[in-house]
Amino acid sequence: MAGLSTSKEYENPFKRNWVSTGIWALVGVYLVYSFNAMGLTWDRFSQGLGHADKLLGRMFPPNFDRWELLLSGLAESLEIAVIASVSGIVLSLFFGLFAARNLMPNWVSVPMRGFIALCRTFHPVIIAILFVKSVGFGALAGILTLIVASIGFIAKLFAEAIEEISLKQVEAIRATGAGFVSVILFSVMPQVFSRFIGFSVYQLDSNLRNSTMVGIVGAGGLGGTLFSAFQRFDYDFVAAILITIIALIMLGEFLSNIVRNIFR
Amino acid sequence: MSSTHAAVDRSNFLEIKGLQKEYVPGNPILKGIDINISEPGIVAIIGPSGTGKSTLLRCINRLIDPTAGAILFDNADLSQAKGGELRKLRRQVGMVFQEYNLVERLTVIENVLTGRLGYMSAWQAWRRKFSQEDINGAFELLEAVGLSEHANKRADSLSGGQRQRVGIARAVMQNPRVLLADEPTSSLDPKTAVEIMELLERFSEEKNIPALVNIHDVKLASRFAKRMIGMSNGVVVYDGSPEGITDEHLKQIYGGESWLD
Repeated sequence: MAGLSTSKEYENPFKRNWVSTGIWALVGVYLVYSFNAMGLTWDRFSQGLGHADKLLGRMFPPNFDRWELLLSGLAESLEIAVIASVSGIVLSLFFGLFAARNLMPNWVSVPMRGFIALCRTFHPVIIAILFVKSVGFGALAGILTLIVASIGFIAKLFAEAIEEISLKQVEAIRATGAGFVSVILFSVMPQVFSRFIGFSVYQLDSNLRNSTMVGIVGAGGLGGTLFSAFQRFDYDFVAAILITIIALIMLGEFLSNIVRNIFR
Repeated sequence: MSSTHAAVDRSNFLEIKGLQKEYVPGNPILKGIDINISEPGIVAIIGPSGTGKSTLLRCINRLIDPTAGAILFDNADLSQAKGGELRKLRRQVGMVFQEYNLVERLTVIENVLTGRLGYMSAWQAWRRKFSQEDINGAFELLEAVGLSEHANKRADSLSGGQRQRVGIARAVMQNPRVLLADEPTSSLDPKTAVEIMELLERFSEEKNIPALVNIHDVKLASRFAKRMIGMSNGVVVYDGSPEGITDEHLKQIYGGESWLD
């Protein structure tokens, strides 16, 4: 703007926001502090890469000699995932309904929301450890863990989906003299069912993944086999297990796509 | 199906006594309504927006709970009914909504069949166990409203006028003893509005039942109504024949006069 004489200086309309500048500065300082506290240096990183190279070398070729052990672990994981998903989904259907604030009085929805929030509080690993300690080693602990995880996810999203429905349709069905259950079946469910299927399929997918994890803390499935292979340094067998898990997840993805297409 | 209730004595068929409703305490929207419906045919309720016409209809089938007063429906007090008793009374009251309120993801014929839910147990509803008689009745009704070829389309694929026909079929499917229609024509074009009113008139005559219709269009109302009820500020200010309504009445009901011809 050189050469232009202005009678008045205008302020830049974009003012610096000192609060957000301060927050960014704090985040930057904390990041530097954390790097130092963890002792993360380039030396440490390159040293680590050398180890990783050695590990990879021992993983190949994968060793499928103990395929029977692998298959039985896989079967158990699959069973855990399916049982937990079906039970979790059915329970979530009811819990989600009871948690919907537009359909239920507060004395029902508030405790139910609390319970669902509790299910979401802990990572499945922690829940798995709790169940292993309380019901003992094995698949039961894994199943219970994944049921809790499923409720935390599906019931919450399902309740939110119900809270977004059109109440006009509900009112119309209520006006026919339909009872509460019929109102739910014929005006609420048609509006939310395809979303519920979506959540359920996603949860089945995620349960398949998690079912291979719960075994690491002793709650049954392929994870246990994986963990003991790690501890015995059978890295070629570890590679075989990892490849199997990848195949399982891909299969799950494929199946869930089919289910989504059916219920679209 | 049409003449099952023809023999019933219709004096005091639907009697509203001193009906009051306050959404906010101390600020009543209905200030003591007294209406006695004993004759079949269309009863048009006119009045400006916000005067409580919708609230009145919703109090009759208890989608809204009245604050005070009685609604005697065939000598049972609807305003006090609860639970199963309320639903038994409610299923005899067919309701048609301004914005149709169809369940959009269900098909047209399924929407019509939902009119039977009040007669079914939850277990039957869960298994979609509609009786053959109901299914036949639903298809016949759909034929009567001229939508046979749309039976298996999803409700949200229909036009406004078609949706309202489905809404009426659903209400009639309840085999109601009274029809309530809350501004059934105000989302529709004038020609379709007349067709919808004709349909309501036809069913009310065929079934020999009264039809209470909230309506904005005074001309349309007086063309079809056997009786007009004018409401203003939560009270009934006119109750009589459509011929008896004068510009003075309309001024009283709606206020102002610039809108009159």
